[in-house]
Amino acid sequence: MNRRNWVVLVAVGVGIGVFITLFSPWASSEPDGLERVAEDKGFIHEGKDAPYEVIADYVFPGVENERLATVLAGVVGVLIVTGISLGAGFGLWALSRSRAQRAGEGEEASGSHSGGDG
Amino acid sequence: MFNLPMLMHIPDGFLNAPVAGVMYVVAGIIVAVAVWQTNRTLNERTVPLMGVLGAFIFAAQMMNFPVAGGTSGHMLGGALAAILVGPWAAIVVMTSVIGVQALIFQDGGLAAMGANIFNMGILTAFVGFAVYWVASTIGRGNRRAVLGGTFAAAWLSVMIAAFATSAELAISGTSPWHVVLPAMMGVHALVGIGEGLISVGAVAFTLGTRPDLVRAPAVMATAPIRVSEERA
Repeated sequence: MNRRNWVVLVAVGVGIGVFITLFSPWASSEPDGLERVAEDKGFIHEGKDAPYEVIADYVFPGVENERLATVLAGVVGVLIVTGISLGAGFGLWALSRSRAQRAGEGEEASGSHSGGDG
Repeated sequence: MFNLPMLMHIPDGFLNAPVAGVMYVVAGIIVAVAVWQTNRTLNERTVPLMGVLGAFIFAAQMMNFPVAGGTSGHMLGGALAAILVGPWAAIVVMTSVIGVQALIFQDGGLAAMGANIFNMGILTAFVGFAVYWVASTIGRGNRRAVLGGTFAAAWLSVMIAAFATSAELAISGTSPWHVVLPAMMGVHALVGIGEGLISVGAVAFTLGTRPDLVRAPAVMATAPIRVSEERA
């Protein structure tokens, strides 16, 4: 897979993620499985609030339109998570490649670049 | 107004300190192993897919879908990620999703983060991958076996996550076993159907557009699925 394919693939993935978040204001607002059980079985009050809030409850702060605030929160989240998972993957991949290259071609001259693509 | 809807993962206060602490240690060790294993086995194909899965799973987790009786469910995604990139890279992706949710979106407690990562990111990836591996191996990687295996993997991954959550709640003394376990398993048997359908949709979509991205799990790093080994 070449670099352009990478970019296209990631762009499509981010596009799909952002597209999904456009519908997030219409997600079910009923309590989810764990929350339903916690309410029914009477331990919901044990839950504590977070010590700080950044984009709490998927509502982007300072945006009056609630739907827009939710979508905005979703888009920001998609971008952050994509960045972290992609960064982790790319970082680890680069690390293992450079190590493999050093191990496999340790005795070769260091000046010339050796194509390691399979 | 009391904002109930968005409480999705275990919040702080549901688990006692020993349980939360042990889960942090267990999750921490497994995530470290996952990073090491991902580093060892990563290939060009996996890297962009990790980004794609991060984007999709974060977005999909926001889309609560209704299940019976005024209850909603949302996707977890660990099984789907494991099917597409293997369990180790899936754990790395799931950890970044759940970590961002806890740290930035206040979804899931900070003290409970270890437990949430273990339940929704680690167990789902391992169980999902194992079920998918068995199903697609028995079915020799044909389309029906791949999709059927995906559904089973996704459903079971939700059940195992619900089981682990119940166990943690019971051991913490928050709710007794005989109360919390049947309630959690009952609700999540339905939520798991949603997880299964979304996962099958995602794998079917990937098979339709980029079949090279769905690999035979036994040889995750090499041969694309449906390339028959007999011909080689």
